[in-house]
This record gives sequence, C-alpha cells and structure tokens, in this order.
Amino acid sequence: MGLTIAEKIFDAHRIDRPAEGIEAIRLDAVFCHEITTPIAINDLAARGKDRVFDPGRIKAVIDHVTPAKDSKTAAQGKVLRDWARRHGIADFFDIGRNGVCHALFPEKGFVRPGDTIIMGDSHTCTHGAFGAFAAGVGTTDLEVGILKGVCAFRSPETICIEITGRLPEGVFAKDVILSIIGRLGVNGATDRVIEFHGPVVDAMSMEARMTLCNMAIEAGGTCGICRPDRITVDYLWPFIESDYADRQAALEAFKRWWPDPDAVYADTLSFDVSGLEPLATFGYKPDQVRPVREMGDVAVDQVYIGSCTNGRIEDLRAAAAVLRGRRIHPAVRAILSPATPGVYRQALAEGLIEVFMTAGFCVTNPTCGACLGMSNGVLAEGEVCASTTNRNFPGRMGKGGMVHLVSPATAAATALTGRLTSAGELGH
Amino acid sequence: MRNFGGKVLFLDRDDINTDEIIPARYLTEMTKTALKPYLLEDLALEEFDAARDLAGVGAIVTRANFGCGSSREHAPWALEVNDIHLVIAESFARIFRQNMFNCGLMALTLPPEAIDRLFERFGAHSTHVAVDLQRMRLNFTADGLAEQVPFTLAPFDRALIEAGGWVEYADRRY
Ligand code: SF4
Repeated sequence: MGLTIAEKIFDAHRIDRPAEGIEAIRLDAVFCHEITTPIAINDLAARGKDRVFDPGRIKAVIDHVTPAKDSKTAAQGKVLRDWARRHGIADFFDIGRNGVCHALFPEKGFVRPGDTIIMGDSHTCTHGAFGAFAAGVGTTDLEVGILKGVCAFRSPETICIEITGRLPEGVFAKDVILSIIGRLGVNGATDRVIEFHGPVVDAMSMEARMTLCNMAIEAGGTCGICRPDRITVDYLWPFIESDYADRQAALEAFKRWWPDPDAVYADTLSFDVSGLEPLATFGYKPDQVRPVREMGDVAVDQVYIGSCTNGRIEDLRAAAAVLRGRRIHPAVRAILSPATPGVYRQALAEGLIEVFMTAGFCVTNPTCGACLGMSNGVLAEGEVCASTTNRNFPGRMGKGGMVHLVSPATAAATALTGRLTSAGELGH
Repeated sequence: MRNFGGKVLFLDRDDINTDEIIPARYLTEMTKTALKPYLLEDLALEEFDAARDLAGVGAIVTRANFGCGSSREHAPWALEVNDIHLVIAESFARIFRQNMFNCGLMALTLPPEAIDRLFERFGAHSTHVAVDLQRMRLNFTADGLAEQVPFTLAPFDRALIEAGGWVEYADRRY
C-alpha cells in the first residue's frame, strides 16, 4: 500500500508506538518563542529537569512582543533569553536579529524536506511548505520535545488537495488558501495533514507555498505539506550546497519524500483557481470568505501588512506595486511590519520602504505585534482592520475589533481607498 | 504516581468550559503555581463560591462535556496545583481529557446513570472518593453511605498516570 508524505516522514522517524494508533517520533528541530516556552521552561525546572535534548536542534526567538512593551512581556523574554544562554542554544534570535518565527526560521535554512518539527504555536504548519512535517503543540508536548526530542501523534491521515488551472493576474496564494478554507470549513481538516499538489502549487515560489501551508490550521489541519521540488532545492541551496554534488542530486534525494502514486488519502479534493478573484473574510471565522468585489462598502480604520502569513519580500513587492506613487486615504492608519530583518533589508535595498513611507505607512520593526493584538497596532473597540494575517476571531487584533483577512495587494488597495478594495478595481 | 481521590466537589452542570476552569486573563502567568488562586473563578453555577467550596477538595464529579472550549493546558494545571488530580464525568472534551492524562491526572468517564446516582445519593453530603487501581473501583463514602463504582482505563492512559504524566513517561522511556 502506498504512503503519503507524512507517512513516509513518520516511517523514517518512528521510535515507538506507545498505544494503538499513537506514534512517537524523533524530532529534527524544536522551535521556541517567548509566549509559550517560558511556562514549559519553568515547569521543567520545577520538576528538576532543566535540560535540553540537543541545543543544536533547538531554535528560539523573541518575536511576539518585541521590543517588550511592559514588565510582563519583558519577563517572558528574559526567561527565554536566560534559558538559551544557560543551555548554549546558539540559534537564539534576540532583538536586532529577531523576526516572526515562521518567516525567520525558514530564511535561516532551519527547515529541510523530511524534517519533523514542533513548536508551541499553531502556525508551525507553515514549515510543511518544504516537505517537512511541522506541527503546533501544547505545553506538555513542548516540554517533552525540549527534554527528549520526541513527540507523539496519532498516525497521520492526509487530505490531498489538487490545485489546478491558472492563477489569474492579481490573485495570490492568500486568495487560494482562503478559498480552500471557505470550502473545507474551520474543522474540515481537523487532525489531518493536508498535502497540496497540482500545477498551481508546482509553479508557486517557496514564499507562496509558505502562505498556503500557514493557514492549514485555519481548516483544523495539523500540517500543510508541499512536495519538495526544484524550487525547494533552489531556495535551500545556500544551506545545503556542501551536502550534495549539485542541485540535481539534491532533488533526487528530496524525491524520497514524494508520496507514492498509490498513496491512500482520507479525502481527495480538487480546486480550479482559473476563475478565482481576490477574496476577503467577512465574519469572525476564517472560513467566512467572499470576493472583495461582493463585500459592499466596508470602511476600514486600519490596514496591516505583515505576519507569518504575508510579511515576506514578495508580499511587500505586491503591496508596493499597488502603492507606488500614491498616498493612503486620510482616514486610514496603515502599518507595515516586515516579517524579518532580512525582509526589511531587502525591502530597503529595493526601495520598497520608500514607497510605503511615501504612501503614508508606518513601518515597524519585525514582530508579531498587532497580529495577535498585543502591540504595534492594536485596534480600539468597534474598529475595522484589513489585514494580511491569518486569524479574524473576535478580539484577535484588539478587544471589540473586526478583522478582514486579505492578500497584501488587496490590503494596499484598501489603504488607498479607505474601503475594502481589490487592486484590480484600481486598474492593477 | 500521584495520590488520586479525596473530598468530592459536585458540579451539577453540563459543558463546563476551560474559560470557566481558568479564565483567559490568567494565561500570561509563567508558572503553573501562579494559577492556583484562580481555579473555577468564573464558573457559572448558582450558589458556587470558589473560595468556600474548593477548600480541601481532591476530586470533582460532574456531568457531560467537561473541559470544552479553548484547548489551553492551563485548565488541568489549575486543577493540579489545587491538588485536584481526579475528575469524574459523563464525558470530556477530547483535548482536555488528553491534557489531563498528559499531566498525570485522571479524567474518568462513567455512564450517565452512574453519574445520576452519585449526584442523588452523595450530592448533598460531604463525600470522599478513593481510587482502587488494582480492582478498578471507585470507593465513595459519606456519613453512613458507601458505594463502589467500577471504571475502565485504556492502557496508554494508565501508563501515563503511573508515570506521573507524559513528561515523566517520555523521560523514562526515550
Ligand atoms: S504573526 Fe501572528 S499568527 Fe504568525 S506567529 Fe506571530 S502571532 Fe502567530
């Protein structure tokens, strides 16, 4: 019987079956940030187990609130910082080098095809874009990951999603994943892995694939996975060139993780994106999706471009292309948070920061900040934000605030008009 | 292994959610012990007074779907740091139940009739429960009253509580 990508990864990492249907796997990496890790660190210490399984396989970053905004967030950062020092965790990213975890870690080359990764963060599924199995977990699982480099999961069932057709001009990976979540529903992939296949995925850059996999969790999925291909090899090449004779050899090695032609899927779905339009969410759940064109007249108070979903350089390019030579609507506050220092630098080099600032954007340091309503752009009661992030739950970006999830191009067009607008409506 | 059982707190309601067990405003705490004063602070149950009713409690008996809502592990932690290691219910939310065993705590399911009977016979009394893991029985006692209730435990759940939770289990086994 053929195997899916996740099944192949589990086969290569399984160390135990502690119970029927439960598999304990070896972890290649444990990622940590300052919101969920400190309580794990303190609990391990309280148990007399202040150890880490392998400091080289633990990667840590302060990203959610940085610089610290108050004593509590300062203390969270301090626990993580002290722990990283104590255990010699070399890949610890503090202020000046820090960025949103799911953008920063791939950029550093920490994710490889076939890897197993956990983090105490639901959007860990992003890293599946590289053909890895990466899952968000709770604190006890995180503790065991830190201590033993092991995690237990149910045997993975996979939904295969085939994305076909041709992506129209002005429609992006964000629109694709919103349309998929709209069809699956917020529980449509619960406890399952989603494999993304098809010509549209094959043509996507790594950044677009990360956007796609990032929101697998919004349909309940444990992980979104793309098959590693030449584009994956090219992205990773600077990090792996000493491991393989050439790119072709790397590709051949990565093919080990491709699903078997007779892999057994829990479900197989097909999406033709040829007729897709720019989308937006309209309610408080990410599956409440409709074309921007049909949203009616929705005034916004704030526009936010950033996050692990859409804060990468291609996202900034798409938004800047809409903004170039224009100014934002006077009633709108617009915020750009490049997801990593690398993105920020690249945007400076390409003159994009100039475009954003001339248009009237505030440019913040790389951080999660406003995405989870903690800093750098929290909404007031009754305010509306068009945002390139991934969650529109009530109060997500501030108590009583409303979030419309959109692509960076739509966010930029909306900043210009002050109303939910797709770039196409502005002649882009 | 922990001590399971003790004085019983009866919570006569379905669907007690994790927000009621530990409100979201305490999620910024960085240690489990810091959660101790806030257990069941927002429980919507008439005549329930956390400060009075939680004194000396070691076990909870409740109705269906206990621990629903947010998947936060702070809910079992808040029980744990209050020395409540055992919850007996008609049913549990899936993640809450797993979190309990991951923490080395027991979430035992009994049939609705058994739960009804416990509420009827013991609900109004000062009741004590002891767990007999060998004979797989719960021994309930109150002034002059006594009842034995059989229960079941999946092998993996038993292994987790015997180890004291997933951290201890994994640390020993892997
Ligand atoms: S950017 Fe938002 S969704 Fe992504 S890791 Fe940060 S808080 Fe979570």
